[in-house]
Order: sequence, then C-alpha cells, then structure tokens
Amino acid sequence: MRRIQVKVNGVTYEHEVEPRLLLVHYLREGLNLTGTMVGCNTSNCGACTVLMDGESVKSCTLFAVQADGHEITTVQGLAENGRWHPMQAAFHETHALQCGYCTPGMIMASISMLKENPEPNEDEIREALEGNYCRCTGYENIVKAVQLASQHMDQPTAAS
Amino acid sequence: MIPVAFDYEVADSVDHAIELLGQHGEESKLIAGGHSLIPLMRLRLAAPTVLIDLDRLEDLRYVRDEGDYLSIGALTRHRDVHNNPLVQEHCGILGYTAGLLGDPSVQHRGTLGGTLAHGDPAGDMPSVMCALEGTLVAQGPDGERTIPALEFFKDYFFTDLAEQEVITEVRVPKLGSNTGWSYKKFSRRSQDWAVVGVAAVVEKDNGSISSARIGLTSMGNTPLRASAVEEALSGAGTDQVAEAANSADEGTSPGTDDAASSEFRRHLARVWTRRAVEEALGR
Repeated sequence: MRRIQVKVNGVTYEHEVEPRLLLVHYLREGLNLTGTMVGCNTSNCGACTVLMDGESVKSCTLFAVQADGHEITTVQGLAENGRWHPMQAAFHETHALQCGYCTPGMIMASISMLKENPEPNEDEIREALEGNYCRCTGYENIVKAVQLASQHMDQPTAAS
Repeated sequence: MIPVAFDYEVADSVDHAIELLGQHGEESKLIAGGHSLIPLMRLRLAAPTVLIDLDRLEDLRYVRDEGDYLSIGALTRHRDVHNNPLVQEHCGILGYTAGLLGDPSVQHRGTLGGTLAHGDPAGDMPSVMCALEGTLVAQGPDGERTIPALEFFKDYFFTDLAEQEVITEVRVPKLGSNTGWSYKKFSRRSQDWAVVGVAAVVEKDNGSISSARIGLTSMGNTPLRASAVEEALSGAGTDQVAEAANSADEGTSPGTDDAASSEFRRHLARVWTRRAVEEALGR
C-alpha cells in the first residue's frame, strides 16, 4: 500500500492505495465519483477521460499512485455554484448525446482541446476527439457543441 | 484487466533510478508516461514486480537547440514534442509523428524516451529515429554513453539498453531547407498501430535526389532501413522514385498477423515508400 494525496474537483484527499489501483477505479470506487465512465479499458475509447493538471488523460491508463500530488478534474467538478460549465451547456444546447455514456469523456477532452486551440475548425475538432468514441450520435452534434462552446468559453453558463 | 500486484518506487533523480534498478534487479521496470507499459500490464503480458516511476523528473523535459542538432529530454511528452516550435522548424518529421501517436490524451502522457525504450517494431518513433539517424543518450552506473538509433533496436521489444541504464536524452539532426520528409502510416483504424509505416528523409539537389533515408515500421523484429531504395535513389532523378520504391521490401521478412499477411506488408512497403518519397520531395 502507498499513501497518496490527490486534489480532485478542488477537494484534497489522502488515501492508502494499492499501486496497481487504476485512477478510474480510485475515482469511481474510492471517491464515489461515478460520473467518469469505464468504457473499453484499453485506452482507446476515452469514456474515462479526466483532466490531470488541466490536460486530458485517460484515467484507465494511469495508476492512482501516478496522480499523487497532482490535480484531477472530472465531469463532476465542472459546474460552479450550480451553473454548468460552458461545455456542458453547449452539449445540452445542441443535444450532443443519445445514450450519454461517452459524454463525460467527450466533455473533458473537448475542454482540453479548447485550451490548446481556442478556435478549432470542424476538422480540428474531429481530429482532437479521435480518442473519444461515441457509438450513437455520428458525432455531428458533438462537433456542433464544441463549436458552440468555443464561442462561449468565457461567458456565464446556463443553470444546471 | 487488473495488473498483477507490484511495488512502486518514485525516482527523484536519474542516479536514484539507476540505484533502484540495481536494487530491484531484472524483474523491475521503469515507467514514464506508461502508455505502452500499462496496457501490457493490464493484459498481463508484462508483470514487473517493481515499477520505478521516472515521471517526476521534470528536468528531463526540454527541447534545446544545440547548433546542428536538437536535444530533447527523454521525458518530453509527445504532445509537447508535437507543439514545440524548435521541433516544428528544424525537425518536422519528429513533431508530425509525435502528433500521430494514439490521440491527444495519450500524447499528454506518453514520452519520447519511453516509446523508444519500449522497442516496439510497430511503433512509429523508432523508424523515424532510424531515418533521421538520431542518437540516444543513456545513463548507467558507469556513466553516460550515446547510442546511434541504428544500433539501438536489437530485436522484438528488445533494445541495447543495459539492465541499469536510463535514457536521458534524444538527439535529432536539424534538417536543412533542401531536406524534405514524410511519415506515411497504413493502419486499419484511426489510433491503431501501423500495419506498415514508412519514414522518408530526402535531400534534394536541383530537382534530383542527392540522398534518401528510408525507415520502415512493422516490417520485421526491429525498425529497418530500406537500403536498396536508398541506393537506387542516391543521385537519381525524381522520375525514378516509383521504380526505386519497388525494392522497399528487399531483404525484409515481415510477419503475418491478424492485421496483414507478410505478402501484403511487402506490398504496402513498396506503395507507401513511393508515396512517402514523393511527399518528401514536395515538402
């Protein structure tokens, strides 16, 4: 067992964990943050995407011990004072989901993308989301959501 | 999908990592970004008893201009290699290829030194490094040594690194304005490993080719150079590319797997070598 200290969604946690515990299992089962999904388990599908120090990472391909001392943001840490993050609002607005399973990962990867490229065109959005699979929507509305969010990233958000 | 239990150590310096490797022996393994190793551990294809984490060694993340070459810290992440202005200006093929590995989230974790140390013949970076004739710097108990990329990859997932050695730096030449490059990769799905990949670094001279260096991905147990093509292209006109590319598979014995037969790989190597050289000539 190894002691780790991780800041998740603004809250600092300290736990003893087994080194082989994956970050996604720590988040879901250790911290009960079940908004982050387990999809393919092989770092392909992106359902488990979270931000580590502000950059998107796949939490199924990271041991919790590697996150020691780092800051993690999950989809459940995005809303502030009951108001959605602009990316969440845009996904709602454009109906960028059907079953919703990929949505937490899509939103986290999209936020990371806009940090690197605040005004992506459609091709750039599709390329930046190549590691996030959606099996329902055909991606059309997801691309629209990112385009919409890119225009509103600094604006107040809708009530959640 | 849960790895075999292991102990975890954090290296706080390269010397400390070397010491830990000595202490834990051959069942221990270095981990950097972990994006090659963790999937293997999850599939239980790898089961190290101790992981030695290099990822806290922030001083091994850099890109420096050293005159006629760039030196890149081994722990520089693929996304940072991809976005680095020095890399983009002086060694476009390296930055381009870093942006092809996995997807952005994978590139936020994976490191240049890590992907080379992994020694996967289906990896893109090893053949690019061989086409560039880059160099690796490794540190061990007896000090530092430099290893040409062409001598680094020994066999399937097996490199020249000794048991207690750590890659600290990667050096790539700065490509001049007469040098064109291309990396072409055939894969069945986005993000997949290359069924075959071709790295081309071509020096041009008044409309003809003065020299070409061609690296092949997934055409054998290590990255290879298409030396017959290189010989045929040396001093050749640009109209001779198609004919030269026909010998891209000469001397190779690629494997057969779910993705492709050996014969199909040979075909792909010929076609993609032609396309890569043509693209390099136009760049």
